[in-house]
Amino acid sequence: MTDNSSVIRLEDISYSYPGSNTNVLDHLNLEINKGDRIGMMAPNGSGKTTLLHTIMGLCKPESGTIEVFGKLLKNEKDFIPVRSKIGLLFQDSDDQLFCPTVLDDVAFGPLNLGFSPQDAIDTARNTLERLGIQILEGHVTHRLSGGQKRLVALAAVLAMEPEVLLLDEPTAGLDHKVKEKLIHILNSLDISYFVISHEFDFAKAVTDKIYSMEDGKILRDDEIHIHRHEHVHKHGRHPHNHK
Amino acid sequence: MIEEKFASGRSFIHQLDPKIRIIASIILSFAAALCDNLYIAGFYFIISSILITMAKLKWMDVVNRLKPLFWFLLMIWIILPLTFDGETVYQYYGLRITVSGVILCCKITIKSITILLIFTALIATMTVASLGNGLHRLYVPDKMVFLLLMSYRYIAVIEEEYKRLLRAAKFRGFNPKTNLHSYKTFAYLAGMLFVRASLRAQRVHQAMLCRGFNQKFHTLDVYQPNRLNSIFLMGIFAASLSLVIFEIMWI
Repeated sequence: MTDNSSVIRLEDISYSYPGSNTNVLDHLNLEINKGDRIGMMAPNGSGKTTLLHTIMGLCKPESGTIEVFGKLLKNEKDFIPVRSKIGLLFQDSDDQLFCPTVLDDVAFGPLNLGFSPQDAIDTARNTLERLGIQILEGHVTHRLSGGQKRLVALAAVLAMEPEVLLLDEPTAGLDHKVKEKLIHILNSLDISYFVISHEFDFAKAVTDKIYSMEDGKILRDDEIHIHRHEHVHKHGRHPHNHK
Repeated sequence: MIEEKFASGRSFIHQLDPKIRIIASIILSFAAALCDNLYIAGFYFIISSILITMAKLKWMDVVNRLKPLFWFLLMIWIILPLTFDGETVYQYYGLRITVSGVILCCKITIKSITILLIFTALIATMTVASLGNGLHRLYVPDKMVFLLLMSYRYIAVIEEEYKRLLRAAKFRGFNPKTNLHSYKTFAYLAGMLFVRASLRAQRVHQAMLCRGFNQKFHTLDVYQPNRLNSIFLMGIFAASLSLVIFEIMWI
């Protein structure tokens, strides 16, 4: 594989929720290449999560093709081997952590990949150590704090050694400290990822380009201008426009 | 919500293979439940107390655990002696307390406490995770084991969600009373809880698929075959069998 080869390629994808007439994804095209660090900022309900779930084969699109690592994916069977190569971090960590203890949970993926229990434990421990949360190893998952849950969920995803990460609002509900830690972790990874976030500072810190979504389509860097400017002036209290 | 207070010990019982402990507790509790003699039941009670001592559990904590059972037994003690037919020990106007009623009460009391003690000593001394593991290795269907583990994991989340909904209702001035509005509100809460639980179940399933779940149950625990395991199981088996034979042959 060359450095610039396409990892995920969506072409002409359309999807609408059952019972709804509007397309959440409307003839959408997306390409993620090796080494890409893409951010995605778009309003709520614009189909970001649906997009990630489509890539993982959890939502079946009505039209279009999904290609991952150059292979065309058509049915559930095609998606199974691909899922271990793409790590998806869910919006709600409680959905993702379903084993009784942290170690069980992080080792769940490796075990499914056919690792022996000892290898799975080693992989899980290494991953926890890499994220600096090895002390949580024996903790019961549902008693962790929100920030700890997010880090453990990330460890669970990374333990499968994915080639691409899809992160669905990884910073939602986290405090400054955990956010900093996430930024540090993401920047130290050498795999490509695609991050959905509502936070400009976070997205800027961990990605190279930022996309947006509108009417079920992706808008690229050159089409959008997400920026922030803080300023003070004497008419600040009155509604005003910037030209 | 679910405390695994007894699971963290380091005693001989704690080190036994969950599989062995499950089998032993099933054998013992069946034998205890089916025995019909008060003295033999006493023997089972002694065995269960020995097990508790071996697990090094504090008796105070164990008795606390048995509290709900005591309420149930109290009810039986109030009803059975008065309603059972047989020889009268004590009569107060129309109320008659019968010997057989009292004996039956004693049997129920001893047997139920015994069985709970057996389970406290052998099963409550492992985590739910090891219990699932043990059941899996006893060829309990994977779906049942998953059901157990998932309920354990998500009961707390569902409780949290229920509390959140109730809190939201209370913040808006909801004050439960005996009227239609309150019943309706609780029905809405229950309905919403079901909806949320099923949505959550969907998302959890998706998360599992994403991590390569293929309907198979893998586990981390590796238990080395240990001589102590088989000795313990043989001991329990021999004790129950001899008590059963004793009861059949001589009583």
